[in-house]
Amino acid sequence: MTTPDHNIHSTYQPTSGFERWLDERLPIVRFGKEHLLDFPTPRNLNYWWTFGAILVFMLTVQIVTGIVLAMHYVPNVSLAFDSVEQIRRDVNGGRILQATHAVGASMFFFALYIHMGRNLYFGSYKAPREILYMLGVLLFTLVMATAFMGYVLPWGQMSFWAATVITNIFAAIPVVGQPILELLRGGFAVDNPTLNRFFSLHYLLPFVIAAVVVLHIWALHVPGNNNPTGVEVKSSRDTVAFHPYYTMKDLLAIVVFCIPFAWFVFMAPDILGHPDNYVMANSQVTPTHIVPEWYFLPFYAILRAIDFNILFIDSRLGGVIFFAGSILILFFVPWLDRSPVRSGGYRPVFKLFYWLFVVNFLMLAYLGAAPADGTVLGLSVPTFSKICTFYYFFYFLIVLPFLPRFETYRPLPASISENVLGRTHS
Amino acid sequence: MANQPDLALQESPHSTRRDFLYVASGAVGAVAVAGAVWPLINQMNPDASVRALASIEFDLSAIEEGQSVTIKWRGLPVFVRHRTAAEIEEARAVPLSELKDPATDAERTKEGHEQWLIMIANCTHLGCVPVGESGDYDGWLCPCHGSHYDTAGRIRKGPAPTNLVLPEYEFVSDTLVQIG
Repeated sequence: MTTPDHNIHSTYQPTSGFERWLDERLPIVRFGKEHLLDFPTPRNLNYWWTFGAILVFMLTVQIVTGIVLAMHYVPNVSLAFDSVEQIRRDVNGGRILQATHAVGASMFFFALYIHMGRNLYFGSYKAPREILYMLGVLLFTLVMATAFMGYVLPWGQMSFWAATVITNIFAAIPVVGQPILELLRGGFAVDNPTLNRFFSLHYLLPFVIAAVVVLHIWALHVPGNNNPTGVEVKSSRDTVAFHPYYTMKDLLAIVVFCIPFAWFVFMAPDILGHPDNYVMANSQVTPTHIVPEWYFLPFYAILRAIDFNILFIDSRLGGVIFFAGSILILFFVPWLDRSPVRSGGYRPVFKLFYWLFVVNFLMLAYLGAAPADGTVLGLSVPTFSKICTFYYFFYFLIVLPFLPRFETYRPLPASISENVLGRTHS
Repeated sequence: MANQPDLALQESPHSTRRDFLYVASGAVGAVAVAGAVWPLINQMNPDASVRALASIEFDLSAIEEGQSVTIKWRGLPVFVRHRTAAEIEEARAVPLSELKDPATDAERTKEGHEQWLIMIANCTHLGCVPVGESGDYDGWLCPCHGSHYDTAGRIRKGPAPTNLVLPEYEFVSDTLVQIG
């Protein structure tokens, strides 16, 4: 397989007759050496860049534990809840397998948010990496869909009402909303057909995700990695081979990442969940305080913030538009940001808006979990949510396009090697 | 297609017989694919057993004044509330101008059976089941996103766009109601 990449000059020399024979027929060893071992990678990548490898690791963990859990799980409304309990109590090692999969979802999202935050800070979405970035946003939506359907499978109260509320989002679409809702649920309410199809899709989507990850890495290997300076690679002095430099760095990061992961699995497997999900699903009673899993809270707060009609758009459709918009807007970031300088490290004013965006995002998460009639810092939850929703969109629609007109950048280094090794005196 | 006959055809200024055949066979292929995909999508729609549960009868005689029950119809929860005189009075006293989704109390109930309020128990926002005898208007409060409904199940405050939905129903006798 050949790529249009000009940075790679093939380093592979078949040493035996067999390797030469194979290389002429299926150059898989050459491909692996060029793309996994010798791939020229900027020498200055920091630990924020290890989260890509951590995400590959997490996807693998989720697929492997998921496949074995599916050997014991029963997707039927009368048996699903008990079968999960049976996995936890009776299946050999099931307590750890189920906990790894459930906690794994949280760890997956934690790594995903760090990975995306790193991207936004260092401007990795900018040309020529738009497709790489958009595939990443697509992966984010696929992971959210997969996690949501997985959360429904244990068929507890939170599972059931999450399924009800999220499928109801589609009912807000004018005219076709109700037929779509019934198509998704396979009935007038969430019931056995819904559970069955969610199980089917929950098993399918991780493999779709894996395929998109391949495209994501392919799109990464055309321009190569961005780096903390945002200055493109200019010579071989700016790069080191992926192996052993970054394989080892990524491996260390994965090991460190596994420490909190293991702590949750072994010490507190349920702490990230919700007690109501240990009550079996009941279509007649909604738990008094329903909240989604923590990783959906910021978007849930945006959905909930729109409690007023906007012209002819009623509050429900308005909430759904803002909710969908908060994710879809990510696809346009490469064109919204007009800054010629890539890395936030050289943008003193952008930095302030960026960190405010991060705080605002965390605040949205907090508000998403707060009761609708509560108060936070002296403001009612709906008012505070509106302010934070406003800033979320303000960042993308006003700060990214217009800040570059006013901002003075710090001087960029001439090259990555100059930045790392100091100015050459020759 | 670089062989000789094709080149000759492409030089012709008008669309050719071959162009027509390409488009026609492409179109037929697209229809065939759509026809094959449709059953794969349609299987997700409610099946015959789900559609069969369209209509139920329910005996009201056991429900005391001030009491409500939640029953199940087509898999959906349905509130049946025996309203007190004070609640009916409160609902009637509200001017229509104060309502987000204007409807009189009479429109929400059946004539001669004003004490009975029968509604699908899913909040019109995103489908949670509201909690009875709570909220700022003495009716229902949805715990999910804080929608307040009054004693006639009308939306008064919060993100829900419309009043709680009334199912189709009729009184077979004074104490027997048929829903659906």
